[in-house]
Amino acid sequence: MSLATAPSGLARDGANGRFAEPLVRLERVGKTFANGTVALAGLDLAIGRHEFVSLLGPSGCGKSTALRLIAGLARPTSGRILGPEGAPRGAVGFVFQEPTLLPWATVFDNVWLPLRLQGVSRRQALGPVGEALAMVGLAEFAAAYPRELSGGMKMRVSIARALVTRPSLLLMDEPFAALDEITRLRLNDDLLDLWRAQSWTVVFVTHSVYESVYLSTRVVVMAPRPGRVVADLPIEAPWPRDEAFRTSPAYNALCRRVSAELHRAMGA
Amino acid sequence: MATTLEPAKAGLSGTIEPAERAPASDRLARILAPTIIALLVVLGWEAIVRLNDIPHYILPGPSLVARELVESWPVLWPSLLITVKIATLALLAAILGGVGLALLCSLSRWIEIALFPYAVVLQVTPVVSIAPLILIYVDNTLSAVVLCAWIVAFFPILANTMLGLASADHNLRDLFELYGASRWQQLCLLRLPTALPYFLGGLRIAGGLSLIGAVVAEYVAGTAGTGTGLAFRVLEAQYRLNIPRMFAGLLLLALTGVAIYLIFGALSHLLLHRWHESAVRRER
Ligand SMILES: Nc1ncnc2c1ncn2[C@@H]1O[C@H](COP(=O)(O)OP(=O)(O)OP(=O)(O)O)[C@@H](O)[C@H]1O
Ligand SMILES: [Mg+2]
Repeated sequence: MSLATAPSGLARDGANGRFAEPLVRLERVGKTFANGTVALAGLDLAIGRHEFVSLLGPSGCGKSTALRLIAGLARPTSGRILGPEGAPRGAVGFVFQEPTLLPWATVFDNVWLPLRLQGVSRRQALGPVGEALAMVGLAEFAAAYPRELSGGMKMRVSIARALVTRPSLLLMDEPFAALDEITRLRLNDDLLDLWRAQSWTVVFVTHSVYESVYLSTRVVVMAPRPGRVVADLPIEAPWPRDEAFRTSPAYNALCRRVSAELHRAMGA
Repeated sequence: MATTLEPAKAGLSGTIEPAERAPASDRLARILAPTIIALLVVLGWEAIVRLNDIPHYILPGPSLVARELVESWPVLWPSLLITVKIATLALLAAILGGVGLALLCSLSRWIEIALFPYAVVLQVTPVVSIAPLILIYVDNTLSAVVLCAWIVAFFPILANTMLGLASADHNLRDLFELYGASRWQQLCLLRLPTALPYFLGGLRIAGGLSLIGAVVAEYVAGTAGTGTGLAFRVLEAQYRLNIPRMFAGLLLLALTGVAIYLIFGALSHLLLHRWHESAVRRER
């Protein structure tokens, strides 16, 4: 099956944004680093199956930390996380805030890595890796080394690497921040297509109000010091979303609401 | 989608071409500059010796050294091979020991805590002072000399490889963990490649040190040994007051050291030039 056109077995209720079965639940989660920094305190967050949740908040409010906790890459210092534990390998895809590529490996080998770690041979990986690279528009750069790519291209390689295992939970930390407007909009649409076609759950960290409203079924606004959730806004807009949605009054109204919440989070 | 990407591709195609070596003029200068210095030194040396009528048993001129080098080549060349053999064996043992111990240390912190102090002790004890003991306890002079050279060469490889194995990017480690990589996969696909540049740096240092170690050990072994390495020849020439041959031997040793350095430099470049900052030419 191709990455973009797999049939969805699920009837999606995009307008509602609330889905019955939570996939990940963070209960009163706190994270204090060894140096005493309180990154998160009393964070409550439930992420339902097949939701598209954006985490929005000012720099340093603990978005990356929350994402790492969900992925199981860090442990909470208080509270608990009921997570996608026991999920098979490759079921969680993670896009780090930095590209995080192997500098000694070509673009192809970097995207092959998650499959390789599961014992997929290079030949078996040709198809999936090719598709993932085509998705992010880098098919011709398979043989290049990371240092020969621009910042945005490296980021796209890292997105392809997260997609190649077709994860059921995709965690993305500002994946499009380094990209130009046009590429970003195109990748936004590609991501939405994928999410709608596959039965994915996405947690998406961003700084952009517009991006979060366009993509999400829910926008979670966080405030800093200590990091916590201050607003949880369902984005009740119809699917599919496209250019027309982006220019609609409904979209503008939603952006204004989210923006106001963000201002409150930063100002208070 | 293709249309939006065209400009990026066009802009980048220039750097995608493998970054070739420095331009020809640059390479020429790199050879020319040291050659000119060498010529100046040789000419100055010859001039000083001739103008001041310095006797050859005190300071032979370069022309005399060159003649001696040619004449005693049948003696010096086999000796050089022996010294090179000693240094090579010591270096191989240092690579095996250094990388092996570094791997053990990276496997378990307790092994590191237990063994590393002794590696440091070996490193800080001057080899000239242990060499006589080693020569007493090890019957075979060749083995004893190799052991001395090994002691000198092994530490930089150990220390650098250990640093390299511990230097893997934390996010990359997280990535491996996320995909459930085994320890073996982490080692092969992440830690070893990360350690490679560090190891090669250690190798460059150890290469020169293995030669120095071999020479020092040969000196200590002196005539007592069956050794006929180059250092022994230099020592022998000194006893016989054959100063030109001493110079010829020293010259050969120095050239060997330079050759070792260049070989490992080239190896480093070969292995790293596609990806590591140290070997990649900067594009401006
Ligand atoms: N390893 C660490 N050790 C100590 N403090 C840390 C560490 N990582 C993060 N922090 C602190 O935790 C807080 C939250 O960091 P985090 O990276 O989650 O922010 P963020 O919301 O992702 O910010 P940005 O939008 O700038 O990426 C910050 O105040 C930061 O200083
Ligand atoms: Mg962050």
